[in-house]
Amino acid sequence: MSNLKNLLSAGDLDRDFAIHLLDVAEGMADVNDREIKKLPTLRGKTVVNLFFEDSTRTRISFELAAKRLSADVINFSAKGSSVSKGESLKDTAQTLEAMGADAVVIRHHASGAANVLAHSGWINGAIVNAGDGTHEHPTQALLDAFTMRKRIHGTASAGKGLDGVKVAITGDVLHSRVARSNLLLLNTLGAEVHFVAPPTLLPANPSNWNAKLHYSLDDVIDLEKPDVLMMLRVQTERMNASFFPSEREYSRIWGLNGERLLRLKDTAIVMHPGPMNRGLEIDAVSADSPKSTVLEQVANGVSVRMAVLFTLLSGERATDVS
Amino acid sequence: MSSRTVLSSDDIDRAVTRIAHEILEANTALQKSGTANLVILGIPTRGVILAERIAKVIEKAEPGVDREQLLGRLDITMYRDDLASNPTRSVTETHIPSQGIDDKVVVLVDDVLFSGRTIRAALDALNDYGRPRAVRLAVLVDRGHRELPIRADFVGKNLPTAREERIRVQLTEADGQNGVVIES
Repeated sequence: MSNLKNLLSAGDLDRDFAIHLLDVAEGMADVNDREIKKLPTLRGKTVVNLFFEDSTRTRISFELAAKRLSADVINFSAKGSSVSKGESLKDTAQTLEAMGADAVVIRHHASGAANVLAHSGWINGAIVNAGDGTHEHPTQALLDAFTMRKRIHGTASAGKGLDGVKVAITGDVLHSRVARSNLLLLNTLGAEVHFVAPPTLLPANPSNWNAKLHYSLDDVIDLEKPDVLMMLRVQTERMNASFFPSEREYSRIWGLNGERLLRLKDTAIVMHPGPMNRGLEIDAVSADSPKSTVLEQVANGVSVRMAVLFTLLSGERATDVS
Repeated sequence: MSSRTVLSSDDIDRAVTRIAHEILEANTALQKSGTANLVILGIPTRGVILAERIAKVIEKAEPGVDREQLLGRLDITMYRDDLASNPTRSVTETHIPSQGIDDKVVVLVDDVLFSGRTIRAALDALNDYGRPRAVRLAVLVDRGHRELPIRADFVGKNLPTAREERIRVQLTEADGQNGVVIES
């Protein structure tokens, strides 16, 4: 496990390794605080950001992470590239391999795209899943866990998991790769996961998910008293049917507002993976309150992605493709 | 495998005390400001412990020293030149005194000086934190076999060794006991 080749799923990480990654990220966070924010570690390595789907923060975050480790970064987005001329994933991947990419960070609208790339034999570099369809987004789960650990344990967080931490993930669970990856990683780290959503936005067969399901945000806030309330973006672009009657109704029942914010525990934190739909799943008061970790999550994202790239790209690389 | 003890617990204490006083002496000769511009940086893991011990001796000899500004630690993992061939190491915390290292005299502290590659990495790392007036090196054991033009300014003990031999430094804080052992 310590010789992880690719990062495809948050479920690939066992507890020790996940904590190790978070500890490495802690060291990277120090770098992001100092004046010269650069390490020579990945000098001469090439990281390709292969983005088939729009993204601002994830792509910039990976780009910054790679650059802070002195790797060369190539940004590839489907728009304005040969993909729009009909090039297949296979041909794109083989082109990148021929150019000598050491790591490929891929975001794709199809679930499983990163997995296909990793096991295809088309490419030898490390594959990092930066979001595939409605499946997974493991670095987001890592940065969320990192943010929780830092808020809860402060400077003494090294080596610690998230045992007993109660996390309520609220909103569009059905379409959310963030929710899926978070569930896997939070379970590994010992946290207790609650999903809160309208029944239409929960998966059809949640029985194999190790999480408690709720339909009412108010009940969860008052009865479960979560340590962490994570609001998910309502992914209108993936909604091909009407999952709730109106945005106003959604916001009234499942949105976080100033009044619900006041009912949270004093120590509770409010998270959002971004981009936020202000006024829909979260209102401005909550998004900008001291409980909100939205901007910390962005900053921590760079540290966590540095840790992932460092861990995947240092050490002897196996040359066989499994 | 045979092993023999080359430094006892008392030997280590004496060496640390002597190194601390040598650092002070050299520092006084170099700058009039005394310990105000002196920074001791330990290199993990055992260099950090030795740096703490040296700082303790300096505090005793020069009352009024600001420990916060004197002592720090420098993790060099990310600056190593063997990351590609060695298994991934854990990155630990780096702590540089709040006044920084610009125009300070920085003393790097490590347990064993061998190839010199760790120290090269440490010099690169220092570069990213500022521009010290001078950098010195203190080690508990110098075992020879340098691969780079690097030498120590303060040495606890010079130990001629064969390349295959292993030097094990044990310090109470990390290993429960003090001692330096050669294993072959």
